[in-house]
This record gives sequence, C-alpha cells and structure tokens, in this order.
Amino acid sequence: MKDKTSIVLTGVGGQGIITAANIIGKAAVKEKINVFVSETHGMAQRGGAVICSVRLGKVTGPLVPSGSADVILGLEPVEILRYVGLTNKETKIITDINPVIPFTVATGEEEYPNLSKVFKDLEKYGKLYKIDAIKLSKDAGAAITKNIVMLGALAAINVLPFKSEVLLETILENVPQKFKEINKKAFKSGSEAIQKQTN
Amino acid sequence: MEILEEKPGKQILLLGNEAITRGALEAGIDVATTYPGTPSSEIADTFSHIAKHFTKQKKSPSFYFEYSTNEKVALEVAGAASISGLRSLTCMKHVGLNVASDTFMTYMYIGTNGGHIIVSADDPSCHSSQNEQDNRYFALFSSAPMLEPSTPQEAKEMVRIGFEISEELKSPIMLRTTTRLNHIRGPITLGKIKKPRKKGKFERNPKWVTTPAIARAQHPKLLEMFEKAEKISEKSEFNKIVNVGKPKEWGIVTSGVSYNYVKEAAEDLSLNVRILKLGMTHPLPKKMCIDFIKSCKNLVIVEELEPILENQFKQLAYEIGCSLKIYGKSTGHFSRLYEYNPDIVIDAFSNILKISNPIKKPKSSNIKIPRRPPALCPGCPHRATYYAAKKAQPKGVIYPTDIGCYTLGREKPLEMADLLLCMGSNAGTAGGLAVATDEKVISFMGDSTFFHSGIPPLINVVHHNHDVVITVLDNRTTAMTGHQPHPGTDFDGMGRSAKRILVEDVAKGCGVEHIEIVDPNNIKETTQSFKRALEYKGPSFIVSKSPCILLENRDKKRRGEKIFVYEIDQNTCRRCKTCIGRFGCPAIYYGDDESVNIDPQQCNGCGHCAIVCPFNAIKKKEEKK
Repeated sequence: MKDKTSIVLTGVGGQGIITAANIIGKAAVKEKINVFVSETHGMAQRGGAVICSVRLGKVTGPLVPSGSADVILGLEPVEILRYVGLTNKETKIITDINPVIPFTVATGEEEYPNLSKVFKDLEKYGKLYKIDAIKLSKDAGAAITKNIVMLGALAAINVLPFKSEVLLETILENVPQKFKEINKKAFKSGSEAIQKQTN
Repeated sequence: MEILEEKPGKQILLLGNEAITRGALEAGIDVATTYPGTPSSEIADTFSHIAKHFTKQKKSPSFYFEYSTNEKVALEVAGAASISGLRSLTCMKHVGLNVASDTFMTYMYIGTNGGHIIVSADDPSCHSSQNEQDNRYFALFSSAPMLEPSTPQEAKEMVRIGFEISEELKSPIMLRTTTRLNHIRGPITLGKIKKPRKKGKFERNPKWVTTPAIARAQHPKLLEMFEKAEKISEKSEFNKIVNVGKPKEWGIVTSGVSYNYVKEAAEDLSLNVRILKLGMTHPLPKKMCIDFIKSCKNLVIVEELEPILENQFKQLAYEIGCSLKIYGKSTGHFSRLYEYNPDIVIDAFSNILKISNPIKKPKSSNIKIPRRPPALCPGCPHRATYYAAKKAQPKGVIYPTDIGCYTLGREKPLEMADLLLCMGSNAGTAGGLAVATDEKVISFMGDSTFFHSGIPPLINVVHHNHDVVITVLDNRTTAMTGHQPHPGTDFDGMGRSAKRILVEDVAKGCGVEHIEIVDPNNIKETTQSFKRALEYKGPSFIVSKSPCILLENRDKKRRGEKIFVYEIDQNTCRRCKTCIGRFGCPAIYYGDDESVNIDPQQCNGCGHCAIVCPFNAIKKKEEKK
C-alpha cells in the first residue's frame, strides 16, 4: 500500500462534492488513517466551479502537488480539464458523462467544448472511466444520489486505503433511515459500472 | 450533536472552523460574538447550531451567542463580557477586523479579565474577499499576542490554551487563521468540555475609561504585557523545532498552513533541514529564534503574503551581528501574492538549494475551458430588482454596489455593479458619484449590509441632499455567508424570537422623504418605482422585499408545499432571447437546435421569466418538482 493517497473531486456547486469528500474523510478517521480534506466555500456555492481534495496517510496537508493525484473524480467532464496538471500516467480519472453548461455559454461569452473531444483528451492524462451517474442515480431512486454513485465508482478502483464496505457503511451512517436503501443502491450501481469496465 | 460529544480521546473529523468552536467549548466559553464572513462563518454558525439545539428543547445553552450587527459591535459585546471576567470569543473575516479596529486598538491598552480570543480569518488568494490583507500586521500594530495554527487539531488546542494565555496576560489575544485552515477537515482528538463561569462581575476601575491621561498611563502597561508575552512565547509548546533528515547548515522558519507544505516538501525532496515551526508568532520567542539563527548558516523563511517573519528574523540577525544568508521574499524566491501550495514551496526549495525540481511543468489541456463564475441563483429576487431598475432607465446610470450576493450582478447580461470597496460603501460612493458626475446613480446593498454599515452613509446622503437612488435588496437573511439572521429577522442566532427592525423605518428615521417599498416579483411595478425614484430630486430610497429563494423553497418543502417549475412552449417562443440575453436566468439554456429551454432541475419556480417574455411563451408546468 502506498504511504500517501490523493483524491481530487471536481464539479459544480450543488452536486454534493463537499459531502462526498467528507464521507471519505470520515471513513478514514473510522479506520484510524490520517486524513485531510479541503473544501471550497463561499462564492463557489452559487453554481461556480468546485474542487475538493482528500489526502490520506503520511500527509501534512490537503493540497495535492502537481502530478500526484491518484484519482480525479469528476462530477462534470470539463471541470476535470482544469486539473489535469495534477495527473500522472498512473492516475485514474472517473467522470460522469453529463455536462453542466455554464451560464456564460448561454450569454454567448463562452463555448462548451465538444464532449467526445473532451473525453478523448482526458484519456491522455490517465486511465479514464466514464459512467452515466445521472442515469444510475435516477435508477437508484433519486438524482440527488449522483455523488454516492461516484463514491461507489471510486470504491471499485482499488485506491482507497480501506475496504469499500467502510465507505458504504459511512455513507449509510450519514443519511436518514428512509434514504438508506436508495443510497445503497446508488453506491452499488457506481461500483458495478466500474467493474464492468475493468473486467 | 457530534460537536458536543463527551468522549475525551475519541477522534472525529472536524472542519478547522468547527475545531475552533470545539476548542472554545473545551475552554468553557461564556460569550461568543461575530459578524459572519467567509472564511470565518462556520465558527459562529457552529455556536449558533448548538444554541438552537438547546433552545428547541427549551433549555439554555452553556454560553451566550450573537450575530452582532457588525464586527466592531461584536468585539465590544464580547469585550465587555471579558472585562467582566467571562471567557469570550469574537470571530470575523480579515476585513472585519478593519471595521473592529477602532475598538481593538484601544481595547489592547486597557486589557481584560476573562480570556478573550479574537479570531481573524484571513483569505490569501481572495477566494471570497475584496482583498488579501495580512492581518498579522494587526498583531504588530496593536501589540496583541497572536497564535497561528497549522491544522484543525492545533487550532482546537490553541483556542483552549489561548484562553489561559489571555487570562495570564490580562489581554485579548489574536488567533490568526487562513482559508486553508478554516476550510480543511482533519482528525480531532476530543478533550473534556469545561463548564463555563456563566455570570461575570464588572469591577469599576479608572483604567476602563480611556481619557488621554489614562491612555498615556496605559500605554507603558501594554508594553509590559508584551514583554511578559514574550516569556510565554519562549516556553510555548506551539513553537518547536522539527528535524528532517540529518540537518547541518540549512534552517527553515515557517508558521500556519505554510508549515504543512514545508514539512512535506522537505521530506519528499529528502532535505537535511531544521524547521522552526512557529505557532505563537507574536511576540516571537526571541531567544529561541536567535539560537536557531546561530545554529544555521542559511535560513529560508516560508510565509504567505507579507514578509513579517522575514523582516523580524533579519532584524534579529542584525542585532546579534550574524551575517547568515536569509532567503525569502526579498531574494525573490517567494511571492507576497496569493496563497501558497506544495508546488510553490517545492519549486522555491529546488531553486534555493540548487537541486532538481521533481515536479515537471504541469500538463494543461489544449481545449478551451469555459469560465464558470458563480451566478445569482435561478429565482433570485435580486435579479428581478436589477432587471426592473435597468428597465426604468437602460442607460446613463452608475451602479455602486456592495458586499453580498448582489455583487454577482456584475456578470452579463445585467452588468449592474460598477463600484465596490467594502461593506456599506455603496451609499457613501453613491453620494460622491452624484457630486462628481452628471449621470444618474442607483446603488444597491443587502439588508444585512444595511444594518452593518449602510446607515451612516445613508444619513450623509440625506443630510447633503445627494441626488441618488439607494436600494436595499431585502431578502430577510445574510444569504452569501450561509443564511445567518440579522436585525431585520424576527429570530436571533440562538433561535429565540427577536425584535425585527424594518429597513424602511430606519430610513424614515434617517430623514429620507421619498421611500418606496416594492415586491420585485412584480417587475412592472418595481420598474415604475425606480422611474419615480429617478425623477425625484434628492435622495430616494427603495426597499425591494422578497425572501431569498433558497430559504423560501426550503420552507415550502418543509411545509409539504409543491414548487412549480416553468417551461417554454416551443411553438410560441420566437427565440428573442430576452429571458437569456437580457434577464440572464442560469436555468435557461439553448438546445442543440437553437431552441430555448428551461432546466427543470435548476428552475426554482419564481416565474420571473414568464413575466419578462414578450410573447407569453413561458408557462407554469403541470408537473411538480
């Protein structure tokens, strides 16, 4: 096992990125593994770009040096492009295939790049896994569990320094009873989507 | 509540800001005050959540907490409690200390009794601020002792021990944090929660009344306190030497979050260095620093923003006649700008120590990535007010603005934010613009900002009869920082009912003669109000009242009410783009076929788009969200 693990989560305000990062952090504390989680607050909550990082093991802080992300978990495809500097050849990139178009595109100031080009580009920076997290979360019972689908995917790529069951357990401890089943389903579907791609 | 857990030794994951609150609980906090501001807000919000938790159960919490009208008032409330012997904490963002500085500078002269910690949350890189001032200068400026944590765990300990230091010195002290401490989570080892003192006693003393004669007598006492503080710093557990490898001649001096990058970079680069990690950075442990200087031939100083440690170390080296080389900002190896990160520190170490930098030039994509700035939420009543004001007079108007969500009105297509300095500056600058130019002036501020520092400039505008329109966007909350209450809400930060003060009543009391209260959801009438206000010669005042859509929808959901979303009838829509290109709701987007659509996920159901659509193509959807 590596002595440091660095996970970067990117996307857009409102996608549950901070919650997802915290769950990884809480799971680590349960397993008595040193952890730091960084968050974006304030202005970024109003639909802006959000980045969180989680570092586990022999680390003194949460910020990931260039070229040393083990995983980038992208809840929005082009948001990953902002952080490709953090990748190395071994980096695993998991992306939801669904774009969130910034309003700067609607006002004509910006253009949203062609998605297939984005995915092709992302393949240059590491091992790319694409999942339809919106569909999987809706199938599980609630679109709001998209971040949990992504955590399920993360658990399936064997980079976390603890068992995937710990992550699921931590998720379930942090949701009300009536949503436990939906979250469990969302997590499992994310894991399965990755397993299908690795087999 | 996890934050109240009584299990000493147990580890939990806490945000840096929550760790500060926990530290205060473990120190037996009596009084906590604040004005909310990123990155400090969650310290106070955690006190508020705890207090509300008790209020709901009809119990009283162990401490008193308030969201004061501004930072100066917050410091005065907690300061008086501390003078009366209670342990107090006041937290604010860095620029908040500018507001509180008048109180702060003289408070240092008279000192205090119960411990008082003033938390200054600085924001290098201006993540959510109008500047990146380094408030360590306030410690130097005021002679306040200062602690700077590197991790959430250390922040908790510094608050706990900080109260002891403050009481030993009979002086308020500063806890200076930065965004990267406030907003990181890390494991915390819980300590015991201490019972507070509850009731203080004010002992009369001539020194509390700072007349010139008293102030002259108090200033030497402040310097005496400072000397005593230096002795505490000399023994402080927060100042320590950490060795990496087998140190010989290189030493690194650092503090706060920079230590995290230094430690990891030194290990990753396999350096042989002694690191002087300073946690009590004011006053510096002079003897410890001199001994450290003597033990090194070369010194690297790593600190974000201003060269405060660097200048003090140069001074110390000069005092002892030591000619060691000091690397830092003055040698061009580190910047005075922005927050640091591991890359910056690794790069500087590689340059200074002349070793190869293991970090290659970071890759970047050739694809042009669209900008994704924050925006006013779909359904935000501020957008409707802005749209109405622009309709009233589309050109020839200057829009001074203020600190809050409405700053986001700067973006296209509204572009209705022209001048912004700080909290409350809209009305002051509006007056100046009216004096200086022939253009019309419509200024905007939020309700919380109005109570914070919008009233004195409003009085100025009225007294001098400036021809301006002052607008208060009254959404009944302090939205941007996380929906805290303020004097315009009928409840307080402890969840108790509170006297609501109406913005329009205050304006009336300030002598404003032309006051209009509008509902921005009625865009046509709001436009008429702005027209009348613009025609009025002299100061006019508009209160645009509608609750923050996020709070309104949250309350609707709690009550089990449905939120209707809107949709565009593609047969009626003429693609005139008013809803996107003029109104600018972020829930509206172009489809691949150039059609205009509403994203039902983002739509908050305000219906403003249906009002602005010239062709009645936007309708309430049958489906419910």
